[in-house]
Amino acid sequence: MDTGHHLQGVETLGAKAAPVLQIEDLAVEFPTRRGILTAVDGVSLSIDPGEVLGVVGESGAGKSITGTAVIGLLEPPGRIARGRILLRGERIDGLPEDALRRIRGRRIGAVFQDPLTSLNPLYTVSQQLVETIRTHVDATPKEARRRAVQLLQEVGIPAAERRIDHYPHQFSGGMRQRVVIALALCANPELVIADEPTTALDVSIQAQIITLLKRMCRDHGAAVMLITHDMGVIAETADRVAVMYAGRLVEVGPVRDVIRQPRHPYTIGLMGSIPSVHRRVSRLVQIDGAMPRLNEIPPGCAFHPRCPQVFEPCRTLRPELTPTGSGAAACWLFGDAPPSPGKAGS
Amino acid sequence: MPASGRLADLRDRVARARDSDLWYHFTRSPVTVVAAAVTLLFLALAAAAPVLAPQNPFDAAALNIGDSRLPPAWIEGGQLRYPLGTDSQGRDVLSTILYGSRISLGVSAAATMFAMLLGVSLGLVSGYVGGRIENLIMRLADVQLSFPTILIALLIDGIARNALPKNVHQDLAIPILVLAIGMASWVQYARTVRGSTLVEKNKEYVQAARLIGQPTAHILFQHILPNVLGPVLVIATLGLGLAILTEATLSFLGLGVPATQPSLGTLIRIGNEVLFSGEWWMTIFPGVWLVALVLAVNLLGDWLRDALNPKLR
Amino acid sequence: MFAFILTRVANAILVMLVVAFVAFSLFNFVGDPVTNMLGENAPPDRKAELRLSLGLDEPMPFRFLRFLQHGVRGDFGMSFRNLQPVSSVLIARLPATLELSVMAVLLALGLGIPAGVYTGLHRNAWSSQAIQAASLVGVSIPSFLTGILLILVFSVKVTWLPSYGRGDVLRFGWWTTGLFTASGLKSLILPSITLALFQTTLIMRLVRSEMLEVLRTDYIKFARARGLSKRAVHFGHALKNTLVPVITITGLQLGSIIAFAIITETVFQWPGMGSLVIQAITFGDIPVLSAYLVLVSALFVTINLIVDLLYYFVDPRLRVGHVAGGV
Repeated sequence: MDTGHHLQGVETLGAKAAPVLQIEDLAVEFPTRRGILTAVDGVSLSIDPGEVLGVVGESGAGKSITGTAVIGLLEPPGRIARGRILLRGERIDGLPEDALRRIRGRRIGAVFQDPLTSLNPLYTVSQQLVETIRTHVDATPKEARRRAVQLLQEVGIPAAERRIDHYPHQFSGGMRQRVVIALALCANPELVIADEPTTALDVSIQAQIITLLKRMCRDHGAAVMLITHDMGVIAETADRVAVMYAGRLVEVGPVRDVIRQPRHPYTIGLMGSIPSVHRRVSRLVQIDGAMPRLNEIPPGCAFHPRCPQVFEPCRTLRPELTPTGSGAAACWLFGDAPPSPGKAGS
Repeated sequence: MPASGRLADLRDRVARARDSDLWYHFTRSPVTVVAAAVTLLFLALAAAAPVLAPQNPFDAAALNIGDSRLPPAWIEGGQLRYPLGTDSQGRDVLSTILYGSRISLGVSAAATMFAMLLGVSLGLVSGYVGGRIENLIMRLADVQLSFPTILIALLIDGIARNALPKNVHQDLAIPILVLAIGMASWVQYARTVRGSTLVEKNKEYVQAARLIGQPTAHILFQHILPNVLGPVLVIATLGLGLAILTEATLSFLGLGVPATQPSLGTLIRIGNEVLFSGEWWMTIFPGVWLVALVLAVNLLGDWLRDALNPKLR
Repeated sequence: MFAFILTRVANAILVMLVVAFVAFSLFNFVGDPVTNMLGENAPPDRKAELRLSLGLDEPMPFRFLRFLQHGVRGDFGMSFRNLQPVSSVLIARLPATLELSVMAVLLALGLGIPAGVYTGLHRNAWSSQAIQAASLVGVSIPSFLTGILLILVFSVKVTWLPSYGRGDVLRFGWWTTGLFTASGLKSLILPSITLALFQTTLIMRLVRSEMLEVLRTDYIKFARARGLSKRAVHFGHALKNTLVPVITITGLQLGSIIAFAIITETVFQWPGMGSLVIQAITFGDIPVLSAYLVLVSALFVTINLIVDLLYYFVDPRLRVGHVAGGV
């Protein structure tokens, strides 16, 4: 064992390993004729190796776009307006298309929502798997096929040897999503971005697929960015959770803590609105109003018009993420709000 | 409502129209604005032909046979009185074009209207009523769709021409032509409208209307139809272009409008006969006019289709 | 699979029957059917004999059946103009139209598909815009005008190419071909370009819009997300999915071209079925018109049948329909 290796071993004992993904102050804009729409406004988060980070929020909160920006598939006119995206410390936003292509599949994998439309109906599963494997790994067709069959067995497709030559439409929805997961992981990426992976599936098999995803990523050493609007999925699967609202990050922290003790008023409302087998309530919590449209985001804290705990600074000053024990929340309740003009020393 | 209220209402509607996405995209696309302007210009010229044309080419008394076969005014031998030259009968080419485009546009517009009315009605009925009627209509549509428009129009016109006694056909030539082109073109409207009707039929506002007891016709025309008009407009614009070409082709073949009411196609046919003796103006000018007209209409239709397609925005 | 073929064939037969009925009505109710069959100048006793054998006093269904019997044997009576059996007149003209049509289809596909793919993949390049503009003009020019202009340029202004006729033809059995003679080939150029031009622009625009649609799909997005090369995404996936509907288009194009051949043949005086039918309409040659109707419908119906079957073989979703069990 050479010294380098030995030192490496020592390193991992003490310090935390470097994060797989770091997003720093990311902003994504869409220029339209009515002005510039900011879909993601100053989001910062990081994902450690092997960790499952849930990104949760309503439709339109900007979570999918964040994922799309990471993998570099933003459709013009959408563009990254500012911020940095770092994969294992290397900057990947703004890379030329060739470099991005080498990263996709090989270092970052993706699973999208609808398994029916994610697979090319004219090619067999075998063809699509072998093609992807051979793109990233130097393998003969036979080797690639063997590996493909192995993958299918791992994701739980029965009679994989035979069914690999079937077409996508010959599989049920759940089976198709298993194939998609196999495809996303076949080159052993370090990070998988799963955008609503179970939303299009039957409720009865959602749990199975999400468990499979988690297991596969763990076995292949991939971290996961799990984007969903379903808190239940997050609760079951994620290690940490990031809550997004109107393109901004409002709270982040370990899943258990955020669920049991949400800090940000929006998160509180979110948790309260989930029916529970264990709690008995006469009414579910409801947050009045609706998330603002991208061109109508209020000044200060985006949530303030609907916040039951709103006070002076919220209306004009946008809160930063401030630490709250094990996590962080973007709320003036926890930060030191600068003294507002006219109020002498508070 | 007091008069001031109505005026305010109208101003409000105009303001909304001007603020709409459609108008925005329209004014931003110079090509389309030009195309729309050109189309309107052609329409105006055709409509005003009797007033604008320097000469009435169908009035034998106005013709001077000595002035026949004159080249356009800027070529040696031409006269300013006949800016685009004259044909073998002494008719002013510009005038024949103006009157001819009137016939071309008239027939094509009528045929498009007919196809639209027929297709939209059949589409509404088959979508709303469903069952055997829908089956029958859609089967018919499928069969007809496998034949090209020109062929259907040709055959309908050709058969009518031979089935009717000569003098009856002379009088009815134009309506038959309109019918022929119209019958060849209804399918696209019917299919699109049927599709939209099926979608709208299942929506709650339609079910609510049915529950209240509103009559079917009312539901169809007041509720479903307005939702279907966008695509229909696109088909109609592009269909107009196709109708103009079909009419011109039939007339060129001698099977369209009667000789007494020549359209642009007829003019080209007549001009073609003397083309090889070097007298090109009788063919080229009507040809250019025809192409410019169809191009303008096609540009408009293309733009409309892209503008109304939500996926492309 | 058999059910699929069976329904399609049944449909085809139904359509043919309807067409046959229309032709039958034309034949029997426009003018005198006996005259239609024997010609104007046949002796009266033959006419009487035929009238009896045709059973003109018989009820309609029987007469229709007889018409079908004759039709299946290829007997459509006598042409008014040529005083020859309609079938022989048609057969003499068929090769000319088919050669012209096939040449035009090859041209249209050979130019239209690559142009469509190119403008679909590079939609914002100025070359794409130029091609698109040209194609828009192309669909706005009627084919007879194109023909006239081509003749003006290539036959009148410069006398490179002939402006009418088919040139010298060689005969092989009942088939005549102009493909093996210099004059035959030269005569083929202008008419096939004219015939192909309209279709080329149509195909190009269709392929382009298909391509754009396909490039927007989820499976293309997923293919890119998997890191597949540009070539693999564009030509392996997008192109294949684009071309599947193009197959239907090809079939319909052949039919469309056969129809538009009517115009081209008239402009170039090409001795095919197209110019024949124009003459038939103008002269009221009912038997020819009636037979043309049946022949052309049969052609279209057959083409559509073949296209349907082709589609079946190319799109796996139509072939193996059932979803295997499992979750």
